[in-house]
Amino acid sequence: MDPADLTIAEAGARLRSGDLTAVDLLAAVRRRASMTEAILHAYLTIDHDGARAAATAADVALAQGRDLGSLHGIPIALKDNMVTRGIETTCSSRILAGYRPPYDATVVERLKAGGAVIVGKTNLDEFAMGSSTENSAYGPTRNPWDPDRVPGGSSGGSAAAVAVGSALAALGSDTGGSIRQPGSLTGTVGMKPTYGLVSRYGLIAFASSLDQIGPITRTVDDAVTVFEAIAGHDPSDATSYRGGVPEVRSTLDAGVKGLRIGIVGELSGEGTAPDVAANFRATVDALAGAGATIKELSLPSTAYALSAYYLIAPAECSANLARFDGVRYGPRLAGRSVEESMSATRRDGFGPEVTRRILLGTYALSAGYYDAFYGQAQKVRTLVIEDFRRAYSEVDVLVTPTSPTTAFAVGEKANDPLAMYLSDICTIPSNLAGDPAISVPSGLDSDGLPIGFQVLAPALGEAVMFRVASAVEQSSGFTGRPALATSAGAA
Amino acid sequence: MTWEAVIGIETHVELRTDSKMFCGCPTGFGAEPNTNICPVCLGLPGALPVPNETAIRWTIALGLALGSTITPHSVFHRKNYFYADLPKNYQISQFDLPLCAGGHLEIDPGTGVRRVGITRVHLEEDTGKSTHLGGGGRIHDSDATLLDFNRSGIPLMEVVSEPDISTPDEARAYAHELREVVLAMGISDARLEEGSMRFDANVSLRRIGTSALGTKVEVKNMNSLRSLQRALAYEIERQTRLLDSGAAITQETRHWDEEAGITHPGRSKEESSDYRYFAEPDLVPIVTTQETIATLRRDLPELPAARRARYVELGLEAAAARTLVAGPLGTLFEATLAAGAAPRRVANWLTGEIAAYLNRTGGDAGSLAIDATGLAQLVGMIETGKLSSTAAKEVLEGMLAGEGTPEQVAAARDLLQVSDEAEIAALVAAVLASHPDEVARVGAGEEKLVGFLVGQVMRAGQGKADPKVVDRLVRLQTHT
Ligand SMILES: [Zn+2]
Repeated sequence: MDPADLTIAEAGARLRSGDLTAVDLLAAVRRRASMTEAILHAYLTIDHDGARAAATAADVALAQGRDLGSLHGIPIALKDNMVTRGIETTCSSRILAGYRPPYDATVVERLKAGGAVIVGKTNLDEFAMGSSTENSAYGPTRNPWDPDRVPGGSSGGSAAAVAVGSALAALGSDTGGSIRQPGSLTGTVGMKPTYGLVSRYGLIAFASSLDQIGPITRTVDDAVTVFEAIAGHDPSDATSYRGGVPEVRSTLDAGVKGLRIGIVGELSGEGTAPDVAANFRATVDALAGAGATIKELSLPSTAYALSAYYLIAPAECSANLARFDGVRYGPRLAGRSVEESMSATRRDGFGPEVTRRILLGTYALSAGYYDAFYGQAQKVRTLVIEDFRRAYSEVDVLVTPTSPTTAFAVGEKANDPLAMYLSDICTIPSNLAGDPAISVPSGLDSDGLPIGFQVLAPALGEAVMFRVASAVEQSSGFTGRPALATSAGAA
Repeated sequence: MTWEAVIGIETHVELRTDSKMFCGCPTGFGAEPNTNICPVCLGLPGALPVPNETAIRWTIALGLALGSTITPHSVFHRKNYFYADLPKNYQISQFDLPLCAGGHLEIDPGTGVRRVGITRVHLEEDTGKSTHLGGGGRIHDSDATLLDFNRSGIPLMEVVSEPDISTPDEARAYAHELREVVLAMGISDARLEEGSMRFDANVSLRRIGTSALGTKVEVKNMNSLRSLQRALAYEIERQTRLLDSGAAITQETRHWDEEAGITHPGRSKEESSDYRYFAEPDLVPIVTTQETIATLRRDLPELPAARRARYVELGLEAAAARTLVAGPLGTLFEATLAAGAAPRRVANWLTGEIAAYLNRTGGDAGSLAIDATGLAQLVGMIETGKLSSTAAKEVLEGMLAGEGTPEQVAAARDLLQVSDEAEIAALVAAVLASHPDEVARVGAGEEKLVGFLVGQVMRAGQGKADPKVVDRLVRLQTHT
């Protein structure tokens, strides 16, 4: 088997048994990238020198008996909105072209401390705004299952890299589904932790109260491994959770017998593609067959969640993106005054989707409109949290399809922002509530495209969430890999 | 006079915490530009703020000193506006839930003590500093702008007064008193010239006897208490002339020009009216418990007003109490009292000779060659008659010149007063013997000649004889 197709667990075992070196594992991943990048464009930057040095160091450490943990020697990709010291970090925006941060994000420090090998920086929708990775100033990423289709977004580069084998795992960020939806569309596992469990220090903010970093992997077990490596209190992030990280591994294989699983009427009906709906029902039936109690529930506030999200996220982004003015870093356009220079820099530097959201957010916060828009949206957010609380008094987890559809064609929704926004309908509520959620591959549709199944849990409920996700992974028996990976592996 | 001024003052105070408001950078003044900076205070992508607990505690403490209500769940907000020296293009500040609300400050403009209401005290981060090259130092005409972010993120406390102030004198007294409180608490250097304490004033006029407020003008850029007073006097006169001539006041921001002695309008473009405040999502609400409040209240130092009252109770003149509390000699005063000296006499020396010496030499209180023990001894020697007040001045001079303790100086300069009765009696007898005519005239009732005779004895004793003893013995011996 080509090492690029190994899971973290498998690769870890072979590294420790001496069957494989980190340098060879990196070489396999790099070979996979060299064969697929021209088609997929999953990466914006590959850090050849840094990765090679890290892999060599990992081999030396293991030879000396210094085992840094489960990620030791594992090639991992980072979404390009996490800052990396000295390595270009652009958020797929022209406004950060050539920007080399002077520091590492906390998650990057933690990965490095755990011996991981950072392969490079992956493509995303500019500033993580989008659901297809088409909104990148450096060109779109394509889906390894069908290069005419999108990989989802905004963490589409990370998802595509993991799916095709140009990384064994990747980090994404999830503001309204940006890890889970691309996970669903690429047949990978995508997980968003409880808000505050993973430090946001060094994550270039889109919407601070919603953003959360999480893993994209090929298996639930690998997702647990990466989650364990990056979660934990960080004094540099004031919103970081001070309590401990939930212990999740010991119950991972406990099965669903006796668990109460809720289906949300509002999130699995209308607008869901027939194949997705059928797969969802079949997966739920399998869980029932494995001993879970299925209960149908209503979350009425989710009808407004999408609207609330598209006010809160742009409002926060309008302030978060204000700092990109060309004064201290990034390209700067000339002007007759500071204001003119800033305006020109921003007009030229931001793409249309980012501009749209900044304008929307600025408007939503403006005097006279604040109460009607931003204030109202915050109230809806409270209602969503209350709805979830009520639901979790009756069930242990909620399940939905991750995305109403499988991967759509490149360009299909690019000029229809509303249709694009609707693809986040099932993922957005857990960001508003700050709860954990995971997407697990649960089958293929009639076009041979992967379908994702989403498990939602209450805050800090990662253990039960992973436990159900693991059961879905086993019952669905999904082990599919995109044709591109298989052909590249055979080549 | 038909108009009265309505003045409210916003005061910005840089706190002297070791580190900045939201990062670990040092706060020292005068470092090389852009050396006290990090990703957080430079607003680099991905950086996040972590609040400085000390700055929060100090702000709450000031609120307690001003009698404010402390907000149990206070919130930081983002104040959005674009400016080159504001690295994130928003300032983390406070909006509808400031740390402290309400309160008052007692001021004494010289016409009696009165209260000025406090609207709120909140905490925010300072901006960087722009230096405009060319174009007369104004951003719009300049060739280039240099940015120094050392100041960016320094904790900045804002104290907003109610519009309770009606004269430039009161404004100055308010600013002075607030500075005194801040200094007594040790939470800021409050150096006006370095900008660690800055005042903005809102001024409007209304007809005396009416209560509706007129159009207000914000006056900025006043770098001293004197310029605050001058700027307000100018602005009140400017508005009075306009209103008297029937013209309307424009709501605007005006900048005080110290050299020209006038205010001139700022560019309206520099001001944005809609800051689009919203709760800072990178921070959580600041929870202040009753226990914290109790601890902070217990740890408050003696405030200037209380200290002045205590001094007056000790017998000091109100003016001396004010000078000692406000000036640099307060510490020496307290120490000298602790050494057992008589308060009023010590106060007189400190506010008189010693203050004059400092003025003359331009030195500071810390560099004085005199300490509490020495000063207490000096005062003691006057009280026990070992030094005349004239001689004491000379001894003090010697002490200030570093010549030693008062005993040493007095001995070295031969200034000790003679109080020995027998010695003085002999002197008196000799002088009376050589002035028989005068002695006879005193005997005949010409009392004013006693003074002449005392003077003669003092001269004969080279000024060292205790004048009280001399006076008593002259009277005794001429009236027998
Ligand atoms: Zn800093």
